Order: sequence, then C-alpha cells, then structure tokens
Amino acid sequence: MIMPPILSIMIFLPVVCALMITIIRGEKGDEEIVEKNVKHLSLFGSLFVLAFALFMYVNFDKTSADFQFVEKISWLSAAGLSYHVGVDGISVYFVLLSVVLTPVCILASWNSVKTRVKEYMIAFLILESLMIGTFCALDTVLFYVFFEGVLIPMFLIIGIWGGPRRIYASFKFFLYTLLGSVLMLVALIALYVETGSTDIPALMHTTLDFEFQKWIWLAFFASFAVKMPMWPVHTWLPDAHVEAPTAGSVILAGVLLKMGGYGFLRFSLPMLPQASMYFAPLVLTLSVIAIIYASLVALVQDDMKKLIAYSSVAHMGFVTLGIFSFTEQGIEGAIFQMLSHGIISAALFLCVGVVYDRLHTRDINRYGGLAKNMPNYALVFMIFMLGSVGLPGTSGFVGEFLALVGTYKASTTFAALAATGLVLGAAYMLLLYRKVVFGPQKNKDAAAMEDLTAMEKLVLVPMALLVIYYGVFPSSVTDRVAPSAKSLLRHYEMSHEPLGYNEARLDSAPAGINKEERRSGL
Amino acid sequence: MEILAVFSPLVAFLIAGLFGKQIGHKGCQFITCAAVILAAFSSIVLFFNVILNPDILSDHSYVRVLSRWVESGSFKAEWALRIDQLSIVMMCVINIVSACVHVYSVGYMSHDPDRGRFMAYLSLFTFAMLMLVTANNLLQLFFGWEGVGLASYLLIGFWNQKHSANAAAQKAFIVNRVGDFGLALGIMAIFALFGSISFDDILANPGQHEHTMMGFLGFEVHALTVICLLLFTGAVGKSAQLGLHTWLPDAMEGPTPVSALIHAATMVTAGVFLVARFSPLFEFAPVALSVVTVFGALTAFVAATIGMTQYDIKRVIAYSTMSQLGYMFFALGVSAYAAAMFHLMTHAFFKALLFLGAGSVIHAMSDEQDMRNMGGIKDKIPFTYALMWIGALALAGIPPFAGYYSKDIILEAAWADQSGLGLFAFWMGIAAAFMTAFYTWRLLFMTFHGAPRAKKQVMDHVHESPFIMISPLIILATGALMAGYVFYGGFVGSAYSHHGEVHAAITDGMHGASQSSGHKEAAHEDQAEEPEAEEKKPETGLEKIEDSAKKIEEKVGKAVEAVIEEGKENLKEIGQAGETAHALITSGNKGGSPHDPGLNLWSRQFFWHNAIYVRDQNDVLEAAHGVPAWVKYLPLVVGLLGIAMAYVGYVARPDIPAKIAAASGPVYKLFFNKWYFDQIYNVLFVKTAFRAGRFFWKFGDREFIDGLGPDGFAWMSRKAAGGLSRFQSGFVYQYAFVMMIAVVAMVSWLVFRIEPAPVNAAPAAVSAPAPQEQEEPQP
Repeated sequence: MIMPPILSIMIFLPVVCALMITIIRGEKGDEEIVEKNVKHLSLFGSLFVLAFALFMYVNFDKTSADFQFVEKISWLSAAGLSYHVGVDGISVYFVLLSVVLTPVCILASWNSVKTRVKEYMIAFLILESLMIGTFCALDTVLFYVFFEGVLIPMFLIIGIWGGPRRIYASFKFFLYTLLGSVLMLVALIALYVETGSTDIPALMHTTLDFEFQKWIWLAFFASFAVKMPMWPVHTWLPDAHVEAPTAGSVILAGVLLKMGGYGFLRFSLPMLPQASMYFAPLVLTLSVIAIIYASLVALVQDDMKKLIAYSSVAHMGFVTLGIFSFTEQGIEGAIFQMLSHGIISAALFLCVGVVYDRLHTRDINRYGGLAKNMPNYALVFMIFMLGSVGLPGTSGFVGEFLALVGTYKASTTFAALAATGLVLGAAYMLLLYRKVVFGPQKNKDAAAMEDLTAMEKLVLVPMALLVIYYGVFPSSVTDRVAPSAKSLLRHYEMSHEPLGYNEARLDSAPAGINKEERRSGL
Repeated sequence: MEILAVFSPLVAFLIAGLFGKQIGHKGCQFITCAAVILAAFSSIVLFFNVILNPDILSDHSYVRVLSRWVESGSFKAEWALRIDQLSIVMMCVINIVSACVHVYSVGYMSHDPDRGRFMAYLSLFTFAMLMLVTANNLLQLFFGWEGVGLASYLLIGFWNQKHSANAAAQKAFIVNRVGDFGLALGIMAIFALFGSISFDDILANPGQHEHTMMGFLGFEVHALTVICLLLFTGAVGKSAQLGLHTWLPDAMEGPTPVSALIHAATMVTAGVFLVARFSPLFEFAPVALSVVTVFGALTAFVAATIGMTQYDIKRVIAYSTMSQLGYMFFALGVSAYAAAMFHLMTHAFFKALLFLGAGSVIHAMSDEQDMRNMGGIKDKIPFTYALMWIGALALAGIPPFAGYYSKDIILEAAWADQSGLGLFAFWMGIAAAFMTAFYTWRLLFMTFHGAPRAKKQVMDHVHESPFIMISPLIILATGALMAGYVFYGGFVGSAYSHHGEVHAAITDGMHGASQSSGHKEAAHEDQAEEPEAEEKKPETGLEKIEDSAKKIEEKVGKAVEAVIEEGKENLKEIGQAGETAHALITSGNKGGSPHDPGLNLWSRQFFWHNAIYVRDQNDVLEAAHGVPAWVKYLPLVVGLLGIAMAYVGYVARPDIPAKIAAASGPVYKLFFNKWYFDQIYNVLFVKTAFRAGRFFWKFGDREFIDGLGPDGFAWMSRKAAGGLSRFQSGFVYQYAFVMMIAVVAMVSWLVFRIEPAPVNAAPAAVSAPAPQEQEEPQP
C-alpha cells in the first residue's frame, strides 16, 4: 500500500490555512464576519490536521522501532541536506500532542481574544506547523529550522496578546532560548564538519570521539536545558506563562517544554552516549534541585499561573531524571510524563483561563468557595489537580512513578530526594485548590461567577477523560513507545561496551559483573 | 463473585457521582446502599467458598486477572484481584461495616443538601479500599492506598465551606503522602531487589533474600530490613502511628459516619493489612519487626494518655482508635500477624459501633460534640445508650465481648515473645488497657450520666435516632458481641491439640495452667451450645487433652456447621452457595483428616493457609495459648480497675479529676496538648517549607539567577552597547576590520576542528609501542 505523504500534509496544511486567512478580507463594518470566518477556518484546519494525525496513529506499526512514514527529498544536494521526515515511537506521541492542543487553543481563544484575531490565528497555525515539523524532522538542519522557528510565533503571541509585562517576558523568553539555540547551531555545524552528514538516523549510528562528544553534548544541553526548563535556567518560564494569553500558556506548557526532553532523547542519548553518561550526575543533580526548589517556590505563590509554571519546572525534573537514569522504566516514564504533563498542565492553564476570563485576576486569594457556584468547574479542576499531584489512576502517576523507578535503579539517593516531590507536589496543588475552590465565598463577584459554558466543557471534559484513560490503561501508550525506547537503550548500552570493557580491564574484573555492580551499587 | 464484591461500589459511585442530579438524593442513596449491601453479601459468599470451604485442608485462594495496566520492561503491573484468606477477611470487614455506614448515613445526613454526593464519596472510598486489599501487585496496592487517601480527603473536607474541615482534609492528605513517600520508595526497592512487583514473585519463596545486601542512600544495608522499614513508613502514615498520627484527630472534622468507616474501621487498618500481607518479608527482617513493636507499643500508650484528657467525644474515640491500632502493630511486631488481624476485625465492629453511637448522640444533641455540655441523657436515648455500652465493653476487653478475645491474645502473644521488646510492649499494652477502660467509661459517664449540662432548648430536642440509624448499630453490636468467640479458633486457634516441641520449653517453665489451645478452642465453640461452660473448661483442660481430641474435632465440625447455618440465614438470597458449602463441609469433615485425629480444622493453620507466613522460630501464638494465668487475667483486672476509677471520678466524686489534673500539672498539660506534636511539626516543617519557598523565590530566582543571568546580562549589554555605539562610526573600513577579525576567528576554529586527525593521531603514535605491555584498547 502506498502511503500518502502524510507527515508533509500535516506540516504544511496549517501553513496553507494561514495563507488562506491572509486573503480573507471584508468591507469596513464586516469585521465581525471576518473574524468569525477566520476562527472557523483555523479551527477546521486544525481539526483536519488532527484527523490526519489520527490516521497516522492508527496506521503506526507498534512493533517496530524504525522511523515510519518516512519521506526523503534531496534539498540542497551539494551540502548533503535533505528534507527528511519520519516518526518513531518516541515522536509519534509528541506529534499527536501538538495537533490535539492546537484546536484546543483555538477553542480556548474563541471568545477571549478580541484584538487582531486574524494575526493571532495565523500565529497559532504557523506554530502548529513548526511544532509538527520539529518532532518529525530527521535532518539536523531541518530540525534546527523548525526548532528555532517555533520561537518566533511564540514570541509574538506573548509580546502582542500578553499581559502588562509582556515585553519583558517575551524578551526574556526569546533571549534565553536563543542563547541556547545558538550554541546548538554551533554544535550542529561541528557535527556536520566532523561526520559530513546532517541525517539524524545516520548520526545516531555514528560513533564519535569522546572529547568531541563532551563539547557537543554541552552545546546541546544549553539549548535543551533552557527549553525544559531545568534549574537554574528556568526563570523565563514563570514570567512567560504569567504574561502569555491562556492559549499561549497551553502551548508553551503543553508542547514547547517537551522539545527539550525530545531533544535529549533524539540527540544527546543516541548520538552522544558516552558524554551523556559522563554528564548524567550533573543532570540528575540539577533535576533533583529543580524538583525540590520549584516545589517550594510554588508553595508560596499567589499567582495561579506562576504556581502552575513552577510546578511544570518540578514535573520536568522527573523527566530529566528518567531520561538520564538510562533504564527502560526511566525513559518510558519520562516520555509518558511529558505526554501526561502536556495534557494536565495545558488543562490547568485552561482552568485558570476559565476563571480569569470571568474575574480578570489570577490572584489566588481573590477566589474561594467556587465549589458552590461552579460545581462542574470544581470537578474538572479536581481531576487535573489530582493528575498533577500524581494520584494513581491518573496519567500523572504513571509517568512520575516509572521515572522514579528508573531513577531508583540508577541511584537510590536521587530517587529518594526526588520522591519528596510527591509530598511537596501534593502540598502546593491542594493549597491552590483549597483556596480557589473550597472555603467560604469571600468575594461577591467570585461567588457570582457562572459555571462552565458548553464551549469550555467541550474542551475540558475530553481532556479530563484522557487523563483518567491514560491513568487506567497506559499500556496503549507504552506499547508503542517501548520498541523505540528499547532500541535507544540497546544502542546506548552497546556504545558503552568498549568503554565498559576498558574500565573492567582497569579494575581487572569481568565486564558483566562490573556493570552489574555499577547499577546496584550507586 | 469477586467482581461483584469489588466493583459494585464503583458502579454506584459513578452513577451517583455523575448522574446525581438526574436520579436525585433518594436515587443516590438507594443505589449506593444497594450496591454496597450486594458487595457485602458477595464477600460473605467468598468467605464461604474460600475460607470455610468443605475441603478446608487445602488452599482455595486464587488470582483473577482483569486487564493490563502499567508495563515497562520487566516492571509489570496488572489490574487483578487476589482472592485469598487475608483479602477476604478484609473484604468482609470493609463491606459489612461500609454497608452499615451507608444505611446509617441515609438517616444521619438526611438534612444535608449534598447528601447524594456524600453517598457517592462513601462508595468511592469502599471501592478504593477493596482495590487495596485485593491487589496482586504493589502498584495496585498503591492505587488503592492513594485512592482511600483521596476519598478520605474528600470526605473530611465534605463540608467544604468550613475552614477547619478544609485544613483537616489537606493535612490528612499531606501527612499521608509523607507515609506514601516511604511506601513508594519501598516499592522501588522491592522492584530493584526482586525484579518484579507482583505478589506472586515477592511472597512465593520466603527467605529467598534473607542475606542479600543492597545499596541504599550510599550505604550497603540489609535489603529486607530497608524494604520493610520503608513499607512500614507507609503503614505509619495510613494507620496514624506515632510520628505521623497528627492527621487522625483532626480528621474528626468530617461527618461522623466518615469517622466510623474510614478513621476507625477500615482505612486506618490498611497499615496493619500491609504488614500482614508482607509477613514473608518482615519475618526475615528482625530489626524491622522490632521497630514495628516499639512504634506500636508507644502509640498504644501515648494515644491512651491523650484520650484520657480530651473533651470532644469524637476525639476521645479517635485517640482510642490510634491506641488500638498500636496494639495491632505490636502484635505484628512479635510476629502474631493473625492476632493483629483478629483484633482488626473485632475492632472494626466495636469501634464503628462506638462512632456511630457517638454520631447518634451528636445527632440527638443538635450537633454538640463537647462532653462537658452533655450528661443526663441516658433515659432519653436508651437504645443508643445500650448499644454504646456494648461497644464500650468490647473496647475495654470485658468477656464475652469481642475485644476481650482479640486484645487478650495480643497481650499474651507479646508476653510469650519473651524478648525485651515483647515485654515492653506487654506492659505498655497493660497500661493502655487500664487507660482504655478509664477513658471509655469517662466518656459514657460524662455523656449519659449525671445532671444535664446542655441548654434547655437542646435538652428538649434530645430524641432517639430513627430506625434507619439504629438498625445498622444493631448489626455492628452483634458483631461486637459475637465476633470474638466465633472466630477465635479460626483466626488464632491452634490446629494441634498439643504444643509443638519448640514451645514446650517455654510452656513448661510457666505456671501450671498450660491448657491446650485446642481445648480452649473447644471451650469457645461450646459456648454456642452451652454458654455457661466457658469459664469452667480451661481448668479441667489438661487431663482431657489426649482423649478429647476426637471429640474436639466433632465439636469443631459442629461449630463450623453452626457458623454456616448462621450464614445461611443471612444469605437467603444467595443461599445456594451456603447450601453447597454446608453440604460439602460435612463430607469434607468426615474424610478430612483421617491420618491425624488431633488435627483441629477450625484453626489458624487452615484458616489462613499461606496468606500469612510465620517462621517457626517466631511463632509466638502457640506459646501464647499457654501463658500463665496472671498474664491472661491481668488485662481484665486492669480493665475493671479502669472502669471503677472512671466511676469514682465521674459519678461518685466528680471533684477528683480536676484535682488530679491540677496536681499533675505539667504531665496533664502534656497529655492535654497531645504531647505538642502539632506545634513542633508546625514550626519544624510547615513554617520551614514556606520560609524556604519564599527565600528561593525572592532571593534564589529574583536576586541570584535573574540578577546574574538575564537582568544582569541586560544591564551589561546596555553598558556594552553604549561602548559599542562608538564603533558605529559609519566608516566602512572599520566595519571591514571587525568582519575580518571575525572571519579569521571562525576559520581558525574550523581548521582546528576539521583536522583533529593529526591531533588525535599523535598520542596514538606515541603510545603505539606500548600496547604490548598495557594492552589498553584505544577508546
């Protein structure tokens, strides 16, 4: 069976929609009709992409660890560059996440965005293209173009439709990510110069000199760590979230933060295995600091968005822990945690958006007693809150726990420290929920707010069901992820065989036992 | 059957929770009650099928796999129901008490505007608890563990407009999470050690890792000890043992049925269940067992001291619960798991009874909870009064009430352990038994006796609760009355009419009264037919051991039949199962044990089979049946003494307690202020966490990271830009110069990078001759 070039369709369809939006014009006085058409066009465009993505998902061969739906077209043949896209078990879910969240964002902005609707929708559609492209790209240059390109619409979304301090926030966001990206560009060029290839699958099977790996690893790390974000380069995130419009926060937390983790899995681990292992203690330390530090900071926030932003930092800490535990549970847990966090944190920002649209404040103390006048809101908010806390039966638990299990195998100390996040996570989320939803109704305006509208339900209820579904039947995800994760790990371990052998010789002990000891002894 | 027993509450929760508005309060109440009653009957049927199976000599437990859950490499967890003796006992307790509480709540919450939601939460809790006890792997257990935590959180904070209720709910969840933190690490450690989290693999070969060491936090430690201590941390949190107990008294903010169901009968016993479930691991971790003993004994004692001084009727019972849980834990600590489970079962009945009775009092007193404002209402609510007496007698351990059997066997087991810690636990338990009786009768006297202290309009309102609230109390009271002697043999009785040789030495050393456990068993079972025989039998026991063996077996058979008869009456709807069980047990008994006529079928060996594992050297229950008489009677004596003291203090001479309190100044203050745990924790953890958070935020993020990072960078670049702007002179040659420097820099860097080969080759060349000696492969 000949497959249509489905990935390219998904990547370019939103751009086509964006172009079509630019030609929607109206006479003076028809602004409302124009806006309506723009909204509908972008919504249906993004739903079309979603339909294609589901088609791709259904046809995805879950037994294979190879890249699927591959398209390869020579692009700049002189330099060996090509347009090369494909998905494997790791990226397929990130693509899905991106295409699910885009219509959600468009719906979430339906009534809350009133200025420059056309430009806003264009920005989101282009953003969608770039996100899908990032996760599908199998050529380093192509990847870089998409990865960097994402910055621009996001920068505009924060800078134009953001809150009062949007300029500061958007520049902080831009500079931080740009600084990392520039270093990544240098690394990509160096990789090209060293190996003569920009093809990601090829690079994944190239063995590089250890010293060289270290430098490249650090450059990649600078970029991915900022995107994650890891402590101490996380301070752009709270500002960006606070100033961004609701939909901007949703995409930022839901997809953009995942690019860092995806980068580690796509570049650092397979291409630079020895350096990854060399720097693992650094990453684990930073992750544990992130979990504890960000959780404590979240505890004292009065701004709902800031609180959730800091909680994201903590949750991403579990992701990096899992990845750099180099165990199957850790890596699968990290991927699952990213997907789950993509849904949960996005939904939490939407929940904040719901009350923000009504009262125009994010101050936790201005709310209270919403359980009484907004029971449906209280219910869905509760589900996402519990997901964020990592209650078993929600998707948040599976990823967090698997990542911790993997970490435990690598190092009990890091696992024990990270597990304190279970307690702290419960503390700040319950505090938020209690102050907003429970308690007496202090403020008349908060008590007069209306419950979820049909549109809000349409967005939030399916997400709540997803959170529970993936908490109860996570194997539908892990089945597809496992082959790729296993092959990644096998590749990683094979690349250590000579190194392990080397060490074993120095210790004058057989290699197998030495490795075993290293595992259990840490 | 097991599906029905576990999932019907879930279905009820979903229907009542999601469609509460459509089906109305009545609908919610009906569907949840019906579902839980159905679950209760199903679990009783399971009890007959698996434990009281006619073929009692063999193990009938099984595992029913439902679906896959989490799978990642060798880390595999399924949704499955493990139906064995331990889980069935728990299921029966949970479902029966839950059914009573459900029905009671219909009456108790009849004026609450959200009563439909309340019923839904109760069903959710029941489901989570059932998932916990039927788990076949650690992850599902953790699911249930956290699930009951969530339900508890929702129910404590049910009146969510109340500040104190919200605070208590949050505290309960977070303190429990501290325990869960330990449990989660325990699960990871088990996975690291066993390579599996399935009970089939972990519990199958006890002692397989007896001498294994593992790395933990950088130390090399005995693996099973660490694992057991981590699991125990979870148990400490859930079961409100000393250290993580502060949430339990606060949890009384919830509606009273919640306190009865969750914070007395079921959820708080999850820790006991956990330790009993992992007996095959704890048995090989003596250090962990010692820790369990000490925690249990201290909790029993400390909680009882606090219980004596409180005035809130529910808090007194809450501290009493904590104290009784302490008993269960030190029983676990001396390897008397069966005794702990026995007390768990009897305690569930009489403590739920006491709580619901207290609820009935509060209901009658127009929501008054302070005992100082009660008194003189015994004639107005006689049913409640009588039922509370039954609960109190059971709690204080007065025969023939249930608590007598279970508490005594625990204390006997602690004494029989004959270790320093066992004796410590024994004496702590005796002291707590005295205080238990004291505060229980203090509660009874202050609440029901004396002159009325409430306002007149309240007193005029005092009324007996409706039938729907009293009827569940009667069922629980039946349990509090009968569960002790009916189940004594099965839970803790011995299968052998004479003691094993291991215990002979201990028993011989004791004063003469070493009657056979089998005989005591017979005595208890006799009671069903000839109640007055009970007290006489033990004295004449010794001579009759040899020749009565066969008779005993018959009697036991009869007793089992009697139990089944009883069950049959309850089970008219599903009588088929009971009928078959009955028919089979008769035939099974006839041919059951032809080779060993001394074998006692209604005994812990055949009751528990492999669900509980005890090493021979640790098995104190055999010896416990042969402890000296004074050990047997001391708890009863101190219990009666406690009642007498309460009578003196609160009926005969009401002025005495205040004097004692004044005289013992600081000690009383210590007890009254709950040993200052809350205050210390508040300063140590809560305030510190908030302070640290604020510090990290204001100083860490804003001053340090932002100051040095982006903001500092911005400041520097502004400065630099000022300098650089001078470069923008407009002269082309200057630009060209800058560009040239840049190009040179880039090219030289590239050249350096492109030609790494000679750079790398050089050391290789140098070391080229070396390989013969070093044999070091090129990295």
